[in-house]
Amino acid sequence: MAELDWMVDYEAVIGVEVHAELATRSKMFCSCAVVDATTAQPNIAVCPVCAGMPGVLPVVNQAAVELGVRLALALECEVLPVSIFARKNYFYPDLPKGYQISQYEQPLARNGKLIILTSQGEKAVRIRRVHLEEDTGKLTHVTKDGESYSLIDLNRAGVPLLEIVTEPDLHSAEEVRAYAMALRNILRYCEVNSGDMQKGVMRIEPNVSVRRRGAAQLGTRTEIKNLNSFRALERAVAYEIERQAQLLQEGKEVIQETRGWDEAQGKTVSQRSKEEAHDYRYFPEPDLPPLVIDSDWLEEICRKIPELPVNRWRRLQEQYGLSPYDAEVLTNERIVADYFEAAVSQAPHLAPKTIANWISGEVFGLMNQAGGEFDPHLLPVESLVELLTYLEEGLINQPTAKMILAEMFGSGKRAKTLIKEKGLEQVSDEAQISEWISQVLRENPEQVQTYLNGKEALEQWFFGQVMRLAAGKANPKVVQQALRGQLLKLKEQR
Amino acid sequence: MNDLTELSLQRAIHGLRQGDFSCRELVEAHLDRIQRLDIDLNAYLFIDGEGALKRAEIADRQLAEWRKSRQSEPPPLLGIPIAVKDILCVKGMPCTCGSKILEGFVPPYDATTVEKLLNAGVIILGKTNTDEFAMGSSTENSAYGVTRNPWNRERVPGGSSGGSAAAVAARLALAALGTDTGGSVRQPASFCGVSGIKPTYGRVSRYGLVAYGSSLDVVGAFGRDVQDVAIIFEQIAGADRRDATTVDLPVPPIQLGQNTDLDSLRIGVPKEYFIPGMQPEVEQAIRQAILHLQELGAVVEEISLPHTEYALPVYYLIAPAEASANLARYDGIRYGQRISAETMWDIFYRTRGKKFGAEVKRRIMLGTYALSAGYYDAYYGKAQKVRTLIKQDFERAFQRVDVIAAPVAPTTAFPFGEHTDDPLAMYLEDVFTLPANLAGVPALAFPVGFDREGLPIGLQLMGNYFQEELLFRIAHAYQLTTDWHLRSPMST
Repeated sequence: MAELDWMVDYEAVIGVEVHAELATRSKMFCSCAVVDATTAQPNIAVCPVCAGMPGVLPVVNQAAVELGVRLALALECEVLPVSIFARKNYFYPDLPKGYQISQYEQPLARNGKLIILTSQGEKAVRIRRVHLEEDTGKLTHVTKDGESYSLIDLNRAGVPLLEIVTEPDLHSAEEVRAYAMALRNILRYCEVNSGDMQKGVMRIEPNVSVRRRGAAQLGTRTEIKNLNSFRALERAVAYEIERQAQLLQEGKEVIQETRGWDEAQGKTVSQRSKEEAHDYRYFPEPDLPPLVIDSDWLEEICRKIPELPVNRWRRLQEQYGLSPYDAEVLTNERIVADYFEAAVSQAPHLAPKTIANWISGEVFGLMNQAGGEFDPHLLPVESLVELLTYLEEGLINQPTAKMILAEMFGSGKRAKTLIKEKGLEQVSDEAQISEWISQVLRENPEQVQTYLNGKEALEQWFFGQVMRLAAGKANPKVVQQALRGQLLKLKEQR
Repeated sequence: MNDLTELSLQRAIHGLRQGDFSCRELVEAHLDRIQRLDIDLNAYLFIDGEGALKRAEIADRQLAEWRKSRQSEPPPLLGIPIAVKDILCVKGMPCTCGSKILEGFVPPYDATTVEKLLNAGVIILGKTNTDEFAMGSSTENSAYGVTRNPWNRERVPGGSSGGSAAAVAARLALAALGTDTGGSVRQPASFCGVSGIKPTYGRVSRYGLVAYGSSLDVVGAFGRDVQDVAIIFEQIAGADRRDATTVDLPVPPIQLGQNTDLDSLRIGVPKEYFIPGMQPEVEQAIRQAILHLQELGAVVEEISLPHTEYALPVYYLIAPAEASANLARYDGIRYGQRISAETMWDIFYRTRGKKFGAEVKRRIMLGTYALSAGYYDAYYGKAQKVRTLIKQDFERAFQRVDVIAAPVAPTTAFPFGEHTDDPLAMYLEDVFTLPANLAGVPALAFPVGFDREGLPIGLQLMGNYFQEELLFRIAHAYQLTTDWHLRSPMST
């Protein structure tokens, strides 16, 4: 949508709820395996407990609690020493027990914050609460032979989830996207999950309201669902802000409701209004004692928290003199930052900036071609360092280095072997290079004449000819120097 | 002894080991008796004769081998035929919970208590009748017909574990499992003249017990006398990793000797448990029994549990609230009965509307209301606060006395239909049993007399948390010196 002039009179107020799957081996309240919901055979990971059979009881998965606490600590939350599980009651066929075990009045943690990076700089987003709950199953609606019916897959039922709720601290689609990305990074840093929105391991639901700038009261909010990419998130929020502002501008009212993002149409559509909202009748789960997190356990979990993205982002700038942008590119993924720092420590003779450029340029490009995920096994740090060292020492030149990198990638071959195999060592021998230059000058008398007549730009052309003659293996620095020397000599002779 | 069904559990164990009779004979004797009597009593909803006989043969082989080799003691309850309330899951046996909605449901798992007993060697004869989802005090709320009281066929056996109590009283099983949410073991034990324990909440696993009021439900046991009950209790008690509300405390072996000296034991008698409108013969028998305990050396004093009168309203908010969630899973989607319809919501409405009985629907609505937005604080929230006060009553009392003695119910077994049109009058049947559930303390019921119509009267001893053993000891001393528990309702 186009930016409209009157929009400046309005201000968006946005809070975000995120459901993050906890990457545990087993489910939240039973010992069923957590399987990939997008690929596993339906109902392959189901037992009496997660199927809600009569008489069964939930038992808390300690690993899920630990991951939840780890993330809560990473979000600088206060972790409650005692939290309470509660039943959230509603009927739906994907909810086997008729209630979801969640946390309500005493959540796992509260009052945290997350620093996000936007074009306006750094900003702290307050985290209201973080709580544990279980996922529901999945319904698929099908029509076959003119009959429509629904299929239930309970693989996902009972998978541990962490719900992370912010205060309404965000004010634009860009900020919402930045928050989501920062949270995704932190989820990945803490190994809570893969952050893969397409797989649904991180589900983002923004609550958007708009008010006239300066108004004391918040506007009526809508909740947006069905967002499975950062792009969809940003577009949906931008759309919703403008839709609500438009309504207010026209003197109409915003209805409190849940709206779904329609990717194809590029707009949000009404799903469920407040009148249809559930009374969830929360009450403490009598089958589970209060969840106690003592200080010893808390300390133990605390020790396992890695340096967080924003801290690392700051440190990389200070320690290695990287630009904020370079540091951000490297710290978005813990594995990339680890890779970078490993390379720097192995190669004190190389400029960190050079290493950073190679990683965020060539290496990223190759990783993308290979499928997207950054996988250090495809290019061990030692291999990259070795290659860059040869480049630095002048054994090879830049184009050769790029070519060799592509050959090394995924093949496990070392730079040295490849250089030898292909005879790609750079020639720095001045005698050899002088001979090549002499040959080029000899074979192009017309160009030499033009040069001597004052068209000095031809120097670059001669350079190219020499490199061609040397099949790209000549050390460009040496060529440049020697070429200049010979040309100077010709000028003097004249 | 000619009739093997007249044996007590501990004598049956002894007889089997001695080879006085075979396990097959013991099981057959019970199955024969069930076949003769249960058409009328309807204590059982399901009888697994074939399975029981198969297991009996295996037990006989094991016993024969053991008698030969005398090596490695056989499982403690090997070959003992028992009954299980149809609200506890037994793998491969139907589990209806007395409800049409679970008709045809066969659980693929054993309740922990059942598993423990099977590991101890018992033979499960079948599943016994219950009020639908254990909601009731007379077994009249079963969707599969009433169970008759063996002492008088025109009377209820009590409830909700009426089937188990009647089965033990009528010698249709040596012992039985029941469950007690608000008195469902103790009251039918009292009405049927048998002994029954409601253990401390958290002492026995609830895994496989189909939930009604999760914070109140406890698996208990029935036997001819408290010694038999203690034997079953010892087997089923203990922490369970599948039930997070069980408490990891050792279960002391319960050794009940011949000692009848209650050596200065302090027994409290709560004045709130003797109310106007109580059947006079019940009060009389209870007072008499307390006097007897005094004669055995106990020191008796009157105590007060001041919040007793609130137990009923508190219970009827908390239990239905929990039930409203616990019973939400019966939606006709995954198991049990489904009434098909055009839409998903119609499947829910019609299945639940048609297949749940009136009392279950009443409690679901009561509980849903108590938890609703705007009412939660006034009902469920307030009830939880008062529950704490009731708990504190007991904690305070147990600073002064060792156990509390009180009647189980204000009356003896009542005629069928007496309270069916008046739910509140039916709820009043539970006034003396509810507090122990709300507080979570253990309570043991046993017969201490009969009214003039020959109906049994039960006394309950309530103890401090995890002190079941003390209750058994006192009741055993009582039974060593009285014979109420030896009376049999039927001469057939």
